[in-house]
Amino acid sequence: MSNSKILANGVDVYYGSKQALFGISMDIKEKEVTALIGPSGCGKSTFLRCINRMNDLIEICKVSGSIKVDNEEIISEKTDVVSLRSKIGMVFQKPNPFPKSIFDNVAYGPTIHGLVDSKNDLEEIVHSSLKKAGLFDEVKDRLNEPGTSLSGGQQQRLCIARAIAVNPEIILMDEPCSALDPIATAIIEELIDDLRLNYTIIIVTHSMQQAARVSQKTCFFHLGELIETGETNKIFTNPDNTKTQDYITGRFG
Amino acid sequence: MFFWSLVLIAVGIFSSFIYGRSRIKLNSKKQGTKSKSLPNYYAQYVLMWCLFPALIVYFSWAIFQEQIIQNIVISNFEFIEGAVYNEGLLLAEIRNVANNPSFADGKSIEIINAASHYSSLRQISQISFYTSIIIIMLLGALYASQKLKPEFHAQHTIEKYIQYILIFCSSVAIFTTIGIVFSLIFESLRFFAEVSIFEFLFSTEWYPFIPIREGQTAAEGSFGAVPIFAGTFLVMVVAMCVAAPLGLLTAIYLAEYASPRVRKTVKPLLEILAGIPTIVYGFFAFVSVAPFVKAFGQSIGIDASPTSALAAGMVMGVMIIPFISSLSDDVINSVPQSLREASLGIGANKAETIKKVILPAALPGIVGAFLLAISRAIGETMIVVVAAGTAPNLTGNPFENVTTVTVQIVVALIGDQEFDNPRTLSAFALGLVLFVITLFLNIIALQIVKRYRERYE
Ligand SMILES: Nc1ncnc2c1ncn2[C@@H]1O[C@H](COP(=O)(O)OP(=O)(O)OP(=O)(O)O)[C@@H](O)[C@H]1O
Ligand SMILES: [Mg+2]
Repeated sequence: MSNSKILANGVDVYYGSKQALFGISMDIKEKEVTALIGPSGCGKSTFLRCINRMNDLIEICKVSGSIKVDNEEIISEKTDVVSLRSKIGMVFQKPNPFPKSIFDNVAYGPTIHGLVDSKNDLEEIVHSSLKKAGLFDEVKDRLNEPGTSLSGGQQQRLCIARAIAVNPEIILMDEPCSALDPIATAIIEELIDDLRLNYTIIIVTHSMQQAARVSQKTCFFHLGELIETGETNKIFTNPDNTKTQDYITGRFG
Repeated sequence: MFFWSLVLIAVGIFSSFIYGRSRIKLNSKKQGTKSKSLPNYYAQYVLMWCLFPALIVYFSWAIFQEQIIQNIVISNFEFIEGAVYNEGLLLAEIRNVANNPSFADGKSIEIINAASHYSSLRQISQISFYTSIIIIMLLGALYASQKLKPEFHAQHTIEKYIQYILIFCSSVAIFTTIGIVFSLIFESLRFFAEVSIFEFLFSTEWYPFIPIREGQTAAEGSFGAVPIFAGTFLVMVVAMCVAAPLGLLTAIYLAEYASPRVRKTVKPLLEILAGIPTIVYGFFAFVSVAPFVKAFGQSIGIDASPTSALAAGMVMGVMIIPFISSLSDDVINSVPQSLREASLGIGANKAETIKKVILPAALPGIVGAFLLAISRAIGETMIVVVAAGTAPNLTGNPFENVTTVTVQIVVALIGDQEFDNPRTLSAFALGLVLFVITLFLNIIALQIVKRYRERYE
């Protein structure tokens, strides 16, 4: 198929001598939400962090195999990591706003990438990103207050706004709602649904319901292996693999 | 005498321990019940009741014995009408004769009498010392042994005693500090009784040489400490100009770029810099750096003096690099990894991440590190004594001789002078100023560092 955005092939990851991922191959389509599920420690975050080369930060982590983003190999010495990362936004499990003002948090990316020429343009981008993240109305009167003064759910949406301000094509989300209450979670899920129109999204989640609600594709990981991948509907109603069946019905995990 | 008494105490506590142990075992066997605590705790209980009274006796003897004996000897001395005596000299003479009978030749009969009085008093004191130690240890053990019943909670009591001991130890440090502060304040008050505080703080002439002996001619002393504060400030600024960039860049390298192995070796190596005795830095500054500074000054047409603020400041800067680098490195390291990931995840490169995210986040802690380094620089003595000079120049030119608060304290206290003239007392006033400033800096610095820590924990 032509519209595959990310194509992973035989990805192995080692932390020191311990292997965390075993030959993961995956095809992720453009403008779809893909959910990664599986029991704790099965390597979901590890895989996600391969896609934007975040594992480079971990000294002992070695990644091999092939991941192509837009048909370009990214597991290679020659990859331009900085431009790769500006194409792939990431939202983390714990909201991690910079200890700067709300405005500066969102303006950070556009400024360092030189996406804007004037103050007006910058303001424009910041406002539209906050709007897309569904946060603008709540913070429009206090853009100069520190981002850390917001509530957890607002902080997470601020982080999403910060990620989309550089106009990425892919957004990686690692359990973005695990620190949030049901209402904030619902808001973010709605947001993900909206974002799907423009972005390719991969989300790691521990909540079956969330995966079922927001994603079109679901991948089930177990002990570092990709057990099953397919349409979310199918995975949750009629999985092929008994391990998947056991996991989604809550028999282990 | 005191050595053998220590042996005696050691024997005492050893046997009291053995005694306590066997006694409690015996008692609980007799009653047929198990003791509430392990036998060792009862033994320790007896031991403590032996040891502490003995120590009290020991120290009161060590402190008061000589004084009391001397007082008795002097008060019984047969003074000869009309003769003038210096008590200190007299006592020294008596002690000499008593300790060494061959000195008795040619001494007057009063002295010889007093010397034998002195010896006999010492003998009495010694005997009573040993007896009272033995008695007090026996009494202690006796008191404690009455409590050696199986239903007695020896462990609780021991824990309480240990707590008292710990409290005592920590209060020693606290009370010493308080004592030092008060002596500083009182001596400073004596100084300010003679020199007005406004002159001290605001006048610009420091010329403390006042006539010490009668008949000696010297100018009136003048105690304007402004040049000294200015000199201290100048040296501190030079030191920080060296240490701040070097220390901070080192910290950034260590925290963000160095591999763990490099970091593990370099950081302790740097900290060794802080362990070099400052006098060594001092003569390094004087022998190597100062001549270089002088030559450099001449080459650009500035007349530099052989010792200068620049030489002292530069070397001091090197000395405080580890304070800044080590503390800043800790601070930078405690910036949460999630902020780094956030910044890199947006596509910032490492330099941008450090400049725009890490350093701003770590700034309060870094400022704290700087303040601590400054307070160290201000209090530093040996380097400036050797390499900055002693001339109280009011100047902003780092090639000139300057003097600092610490140097002037040393100068004021050198030579044997009584603590009754403004010149020596000025040392306390200067010390007080130094103390207040460094205390203030440290409090602010610690406060900043603490608040910063709280934000991320
Ligand atoms: N920095 C690291 N150093 C060493 N081992 C690691 C590191 N990070 C992860 N691992 C190991 O890799 C395996 C996969 O971890 P990963 O974080 O990807 O799991 P996960 O599926 O995201 O789990 P969770 O749902 O709990 O977040 C685990 O066994 C973990 O112990
Ligand atoms: Mg994870």
